[in-house]
Amino acid sequence: MAEELLKIEGLTVSVEGKQILNGVDLVVNRGEVHAIMGPNGSGKSTLANALMGHPRYAITGGTVLFKGEEISALTPDKRARKGLFLAFQYPTSIAGVTMVNFLRQAMKAVRGEDVPVREFREKLLATMKLLKVDQEFARRYVNEGFSGGEKKRAEILQMGILDPDLAIMDETDSGLDIDALRTVAEGVNALTTPKLGIVLITHYQRLLNYIKPQFVHILYQGRMIESGGPELALQLEAEGYDPIIEKYAPALAGATGERA
Amino acid sequence: MVAKITPQISEQDGYKFGFNDNDRATYTYRTEKGLNEDVVREISKAKDEPQWMTDFRLKSYHHFLEKPMPTGFWGGSIQNYDLNFDDIYYFARASDRAEGDWSDVPEYIKDTFDKLGIPEAEKNKLIAGVGAQYDSEVVYHSIREDLEKLGVIFVDTDSAVRDYPEIVQQYFGTVIPPADNKFAALNSAVWSGGSFVYVPAGVKVDIPLQAYFRINKENMGQFERTLIIAEEGSYVHYVEGCTAPSYSTDALHSAVVEIIVKKGARVRYTTIQNWSTNVFNLVTKRAAAYQDAVMEWVDGNLGSRLTMKYPSVYLMEPGAHGEVLSLAMASDGQHQDAGAKMVHAAPDTTSTIISKSVSRGSGRTSYRGALKVYPGAKRSRATVRCDALLIDEKSRSDTYPLMEIEEEQVNIGHEASVSRVGEEQLFYLQSRGLSEVDATKMIVNGFVEPIVKELPMEYAVELNRLIELQMEGAVG
Ligand SMILES: Nc1ncnc2c1ncn2[C@@H]1O[C@H](COP(=O)(O)OP(=O)(O)OP(=O)(O)O)[C@@H](O)[C@H]1O
Ligand SMILES: [Mg+2]
Repeated sequence: MAEELLKIEGLTVSVEGKQILNGVDLVVNRGEVHAIMGPNGSGKSTLANALMGHPRYAITGGTVLFKGEEISALTPDKRARKGLFLAFQYPTSIAGVTMVNFLRQAMKAVRGEDVPVREFREKLLATMKLLKVDQEFARRYVNEGFSGGEKKRAEILQMGILDPDLAIMDETDSGLDIDALRTVAEGVNALTTPKLGIVLITHYQRLLNYIKPQFVHILYQGRMIESGGPELALQLEAEGYDPIIEKYAPALAGATGERA
Repeated sequence: MVAKITPQISEQDGYKFGFNDNDRATYTYRTEKGLNEDVVREISKAKDEPQWMTDFRLKSYHHFLEKPMPTGFWGGSIQNYDLNFDDIYYFARASDRAEGDWSDVPEYIKDTFDKLGIPEAEKNKLIAGVGAQYDSEVVYHSIREDLEKLGVIFVDTDSAVRDYPEIVQQYFGTVIPPADNKFAALNSAVWSGGSFVYVPAGVKVDIPLQAYFRINKENMGQFERTLIIAEEGSYVHYVEGCTAPSYSTDALHSAVVEIIVKKGARVRYTTIQNWSTNVFNLVTKRAAAYQDAVMEWVDGNLGSRLTMKYPSVYLMEPGAHGEVLSLAMASDGQHQDAGAKMVHAAPDTTSTIISKSVSRGSGRTSYRGALKVYPGAKRSRATVRCDALLIDEKSRSDTYPLMEIEEEQVNIGHEASVSRVGEEQLFYLQSRGLSEVDATKMIVNGFVEPIVKELPMEYAVELNRLIELQMEGAVG
């Protein structure tokens, strides 16, 4: 049987007192790729941030088990050291800190021990090559003045260096041109191992043409209203969200009514 | 009312240099506590000085008495402290005279400087010459032989008065006259030690000259006096590091540094001070830059209870360029009142001020900058950029930029920013495995990077380390 990596049950999350996630369930096993889709504002990034432990995204109910352990009370760094990774939708810049220095310290922190310079260098060079990132990139300051596409590439570069067990990618495809999308997607595939679980948050089928999910979930108003196989994404591409939302509208109305 | 502020010195602050060697230090000579005309005469006599210097000291002492505690530009808040001039030793002699051989330096002083990593750097030949001052007087001095042959002079200022009286008398007190401000007057009256550097025309000193200043005695005042003369087309980089042990009562450091940069010459003066948190650090630093000369101050202020320091450059002739890179870091109970002053007194002169300050806990930083452009200083260009970073809710930072522009044909740029260590930045770094403390350190190190990268390698490493020590215990 596949080994369970992440198990979320009845997760509710509030931001500044406002409840955004209204009870989310999700199970991700090692080796699986899950796509999460859903209209703007449905709570996809909220789910990603809450899983990573952003202090402003308060988990108010439910359980989050990562490798069998409840992680809701852990600080983000502890979650990262357990093997959780988030590729941000909007990565922040850190002035004056070079990528190479940042990556080295991050690698050391996640491993919990010093990384030999040589090993680090080799891994960095190999991953940069894989993602077709210029070597000069390593000397630039973290995300400072990076173009939208460069930022996304840098996120996947970090993923490659940190070697997580579960990678959540929040709209890694947005902002990438057609060639870059292919490079990054192929990079992700090359970095994929049987131990890795992936949660892909995306709006578009085009990414899923490269990174093929076994499961597709639809998040709407803070709830998973539909789960299925890859055909669900194709259906969305063809018909949009309306048919699915309409199907669930009565149930949603009831649920919201209960809560209010 | 005078508020009494007793800063806490905690282990957490990691004040590594907080050892003292009072058990072993035997002062061969020292003046009584407090200051009067007799003490001034006594200092001059102990040094066997020529009459002109004795007269200079006495005249300065009277300026000191007459001058009010500085207000306005030179120092904002000294009145709020209980600095007692009668409670200070103005002169102490721990060793007979500056030694040229490290093995001749008394053992307990040698230990102190060994702990500071000197003469490690000299052994490694990272420096061209070294001077070490312990309380009032310089105890060790050396310079590379080849530089000496080229006519480069690097001695303590006491020796310079004795051995090079014509040069000293020509320049001493010309850039910073004793009446400039109360602390310049005080220094002029009781000065002791410091470095005298003379670089002949066309000589380029390829690696830095270094000096170390250390206050060891409780209630001690250190009043070093440094004079640097760079003749036409020459170059020198002078680096100083400063420390003091942690005592419960205050010490006073009040230096005067005068620099003359002649036509086409370039001088860089780098300071990394890490005074303990009971030192008042009230220093006057000024340079005069002549035609096409370049003067650069790189000023790193960590530690001390109160620092008031505004390195300045007087751009005297066309083409002169002045630069100040100022870095200040204030922790609990500390106030770093630092900045820079640029005076454009000739056409086609340029200046740049970059100031970065970090406040953590109840620490306070102030940027105080003055920019003056005289009538006729056409086509002057000046850039000022000051950025403040606040780490905690109660941290504080203020900016006091002063501009007196009396010429229309100028180009002045001024930018200022205050930011807090951001939640998003912390989250981002933490999501990559860094603890909150390490994430904060990384943000602070990144913030000061533009200054740190200007430092000689070993000082950059040291500064980053000092910052990290200060940051430990800063969070959580
Ligand atoms: N920090 C915040 N402060 C206030 N409201 C927030 C915050 N973060 C999210 N929200 C709100 O929560 C809801 C869900 O936002 P979220 O960013 O999770 O959506 P999303 O599904 O990722 O949308 P998109 O597809 O546009 O990225 C939105 O209504 C948003 O305004
Ligand atoms: Mg989003």
